[in-house]
Amino acid sequence: MKNIKFLIFGIAFGIILTKAEVISWFRIQEMFRFQSFHMYGIIGSAVVIGIISIFLLKKFNVLATNGEKLNFPIKPYNKGVIFGGVLFGLGWALTGACPGPIFALIGNGYSVFIVIMVFAVFGAWVYGLLQEKLPH
Amino acid sequence: MIELIKEPWPWYITGPLIGLMVPLLLVFGNKAFGVSSSLRHICAMCVPLDIKYFKYDWKSEKWNLFFVGGVVIGGFLSGQVLMDSEKVQISMETVNDLKALGVTDFASYVPKDLFSWENLLSWNGFIFMALGGFLVGFGTRYANGCTSGHSISGLSNLQFGSLIATISFFIGGLIMTHFLLPYLF
Repeated sequence: MKNIKFLIFGIAFGIILTKAEVISWFRIQEMFRFQSFHMYGIIGSAVVIGIISIFLLKKFNVLATNGEKLNFPIKPYNKGVIFGGVLFGLGWALTGACPGPIFALIGNGYSVFIVIMVFAVFGAWVYGLLQEKLPH
Repeated sequence: MIELIKEPWPWYITGPLIGLMVPLLLVFGNKAFGVSSSLRHICAMCVPLDIKYFKYDWKSEKWNLFFVGGVVIGGFLSGQVLMDSEKVQISMETVNDLKALGVTDFASYVPKDLFSWENLLSWNGFIFMALGGFLVGFGTRYANGCTSGHSISGLSNLQFGSLIATISFFIGGLIMTHFLLPYLF
C-alpha cells in the first residue's frame, strides 16, 4: 500500500513534535512572550535545513523516487494570507497548538483535544462555506 | 543512551529533523509537507454538501490523512515509550506571568485548569478550546496553510505568501497573548 510511507513519516513527525515539546501550550506562550529561544531555534533551524534541502534538490535536478519531477510547494500571496493568518495566530495562542500538535496531543492521551480538532474541522468547513464571500 | 532519548530533545536536534521532513516527503512521495489541508479533506470526506471548496477528489489527497494519522500514533508512542516526564521546563519568567494570570497546573504539556473535559462547559474553557479550535481551522484554511505548510514548507521554497503568512500568524499570536488573554481568566 503506497500510503504506508506517509503513515511512517507522520509517526516520525508526531514523535519529533512531542520530543521537541512543540505540542506544549507553555512553549507557545513562552514563544509569544519572547522568554525563550526554544521555539525560535526549532522553527529557525527547520527553515534553514528546508531552504538548503530545496536548493540542493533543485540544483541537482533530483527526481522523486517514482521518477516524477518534484512538485515544490507554491504558496501565492493574497489578502487571505493576512486575514486568515492573523485569525489562526489568535487561535494558536489560545489553544497553544497548530494543527500538527493537535493531532500529536490526541495521541499523547490529551483526549479533550479531540474537541479542539472537531472545532478546527468545523472552522475549516465554515471557511469553505463562506470562501467566495470573503476578501482574498 | 535510553535516558537521553527519554529526555526532551534540544531544539538543535528537533528543528533540523522537522526541516528534513520537507525533502523527505518531496523525494519519497512528491508531496508538499503540510498538515492543515487534512482539515479540508476531512470536511470533503464527511460533509461536503454542495460547497465548491469541498468538491474535489479528496481521495487523491488521502496521503495527507495517513500522515496526520501517523502524527497521532507518533504522539501515542512518544507518550508511552519515549518520554519520562511531561513536565515542561519553561522559563521562570513565563511561569510567573502565567501564575499572575491564574494558571495553577504546570505538571504536563498543557494547563489542566484550562484544557480538561470538566472545563469545557465553563465560559473560558469554551473560548480556549472551542473558539480556539475554530480559529485554528478557519484561519489556516483562509490563509491556505499553517505553521507546517507556510512557515516550514513554504518558507523553505522562499515563497513570499508564506513569509507574509508567518508574520501574520505572529501578529495574531502576539495580540492574543498580550492584549486579549488577560481578559480570559
